[in-house]
Amino acid sequence: MDFEFTEEQRILRESVDRLLNDQYSFEARRAYAKEPQGFSRELWRHYAEMGLLGLRIAHHHGGSATSPVEVMITAEAFGRALVLEPFVATAVLGGGLLRYAGNPQQCDHWLPKIADGTQILAFAHAERQSRYVLADVAATARLDGSSWIIDGAKTLVLHGDSADAVITSARISGAPRDRDGIGLFLVDAKSPGISRRGYPTIDGQRAADIVFSAVKVAPEAVLGEPGKALPTIERVVDEAVAALAAEAVGAMAAMHQLTVDYLKMRRQFGVPIGQFQSLQHKVVDMLIALEQARSMAMLATMMVDEQDADERHRVMAAAKVQIGRSGRLIGQQAVQLHGGIGMTMEYKVGHYFKRVTAIDTLFGDADHHLTALARGGGLIPAV
Amino acid sequence: MDLRFTAEEIAFRDEVRSFLRTALPDDIRRKLVEGRRLKKDDLVTWQRILNGKGWAVPTWPAEWGGTGWTGVQQYIFLDELLQAPAPQPLQFGVNMVGPVLIAFGTEAQKRRFLPRIANLDDWWCQGFSEPGAGSDLASLKTAARRNGGNFYVVNGQKTWTTLAQYADWIFCLVRTNPTAKKQEGISFLLIDMKSPGVTVRPIETIDGGHEVNEVFFDNVRVPLENLVGQENRGWDYAKFLLGNERTGIARIGISKERIRRLKQIAALERDGDRPLIEDERFRSKIAAVEVELRALEMTQLRVAAADRSRDATLPDPASSILKIKGSELQQAISELLLEAVGPFGLAYQPQYLEDERLNEPPIGPDWGPPLAPGYFNMRKVSIYGGTNEIQKNIIAKSILGL
Repeated sequence: MDFEFTEEQRILRESVDRLLNDQYSFEARRAYAKEPQGFSRELWRHYAEMGLLGLRIAHHHGGSATSPVEVMITAEAFGRALVLEPFVATAVLGGGLLRYAGNPQQCDHWLPKIADGTQILAFAHAERQSRYVLADVAATARLDGSSWIIDGAKTLVLHGDSADAVITSARISGAPRDRDGIGLFLVDAKSPGISRRGYPTIDGQRAADIVFSAVKVAPEAVLGEPGKALPTIERVVDEAVAALAAEAVGAMAAMHQLTVDYLKMRRQFGVPIGQFQSLQHKVVDMLIALEQARSMAMLATMMVDEQDADERHRVMAAAKVQIGRSGRLIGQQAVQLHGGIGMTMEYKVGHYFKRVTAIDTLFGDADHHLTALARGGGLIPAV
Repeated sequence: MDLRFTAEEIAFRDEVRSFLRTALPDDIRRKLVEGRRLKKDDLVTWQRILNGKGWAVPTWPAEWGGTGWTGVQQYIFLDELLQAPAPQPLQFGVNMVGPVLIAFGTEAQKRRFLPRIANLDDWWCQGFSEPGAGSDLASLKTAARRNGGNFYVVNGQKTWTTLAQYADWIFCLVRTNPTAKKQEGISFLLIDMKSPGVTVRPIETIDGGHEVNEVFFDNVRVPLENLVGQENRGWDYAKFLLGNERTGIARIGISKERIRRLKQIAALERDGDRPLIEDERFRSKIAAVEVELRALEMTQLRVAAADRSRDATLPDPASSILKIKGSELQQAISELLLEAVGPFGLAYQPQYLEDERLNEPPIGPDWGPPLAPGYFNMRKVSIYGGTNEIQKNIIAKSILGL
């Protein structure tokens, strides 16, 4: 067992931190959010040049084929800087679906374009009724000759408004919650029959609702075996959960540090408020929650490549529970301990709070995963 | 970063497991599973089995019987031991006074005491708290006054002294300089419990058990050679002692074992037409504890794996985090165990905690009698060894710089 980073990983962390320190001040972020797509194209190019968009992509597709640890390092740094760019949507979800389900032609075509930052991808999966159930897909795909016709409405598609291409799930057969019968289709976002409505999310990022009306998809745009997509979706979502856990840890650590600094600086009753024991204990509770979350983010990262899907998913669920609960405690207390300034849009801490709140709702909140974990018998076998 | 155990670590774990399977006496194991109280002889028997194997004091330096295991191996050993479940070696000797003697004791003290700690020939207890010195430990008043050149005379009272009723020796913080600043007038003294003037009085706790005691010192003569380190430096040694325990303080193995027990009981308890374990709410409460416990295990391992880079003579504030969260989880599990037995938590039947074979079965299920006392007893874990509130003060000061 070894918790140390390799030399290469340390260098990666330093260079990501350096880039973000230089280019991602809170003021710069505000400006990036006002760009047409809600993030910075220039930073996106920087990430591509540094290899951050192709971390898990094979060398012959322009990536660096790293372990999940490099994704964790990157995502944690992105969490500290509250990065707006579609890293999870494109590199983790889009890239992941292609890596696990794509055929050689699809991978040859798309993965280099993800790694070099020229294509932005989004994963259209959730629907109005599906809540957090990944198998709940009502959108349909039916064969028309050798092509597929897709109908349905997808919601909360992360960065779906700026995506060049969308990977959508649709049901080929079976009832809405059946595990079998789901397919994945990679479509140009400007295909006839697609309408998109983009909107901001609560954390300052972007999403879209996407309606597919008789969208025709060529046979070569089917990802994986039609009808057998759910295990791939689950695997990629687990990978996204690990990345989001690391991002949340970055945001939580930043909130905690801001709060400790504030307690040392802010004076009331003639003393720094950090001298008051009730405030000290709250900020210690935040630290404990942070360390617990960090431990689970590390464990989730280590489980990304686990082949036993049940074991992998149990750990991801546990990590999501811990991240959700720690994020809520740290976010709420960070605002509370800052007092009024913590409530303002102009101060950074509230934006971290909003990001960790958003992360809890992505791919199942703490309650959802706790219930699933409990139904599955928990983490410790009874005998 | 690779959080899987290495092949060597897995082989080591298997070796520990197979040793525990064959060496741990079944009656001791069953007492722990069932939540019945151990006797003094149970701990002595088990400690001597460990000592025979060379695993009595794994964290000590090799010359005093340590195993030279890595931090992760230390964790694996303790985790397997506690999950077996086997008794944890008596902390007061192995993890408290032993390391203090190794770090600060004289050669003669080490030779005299350390082998007897490892074999539990001497039962040690801890004389820190006093009626007026709990969280404010440095305000302690028990006084040691030099009488001529040969010995101290000790007068005062210690309290909450765990298992003093069995003890051969007590290590005490005593005031040797009443005029100095309160932390600077304290010494660390080893006192023979058989000395004239030492009296032990039991304290019964809310669970009906007798673990803690008051210890009175009335003109007790203590040879000067029983002073540890320098006179008036005892506070430093006490801080070392309290922050020294890093691998075991969270008691994760105990919590894992208790969760197994909880799930077994919840599978046997019926709530209407189904076992309690099938109740969604109850299951979610267990799962919530399991998540925190898994996270804490990783946190513990992060501390254990980083151990080799630390200066071992300094206390580690990370142990305060482990202590707080570990104690909260132990308490949460004891609550769920009590909830699991439902109305039969009400019947108070302490005789079933002491004796294995009584003529009458208990009121309610066999597993019932220890659960309410266990719940009440577990309230101690957030109080002893520095309350969780004091631990938070330590973290605020030494980690966060507040």
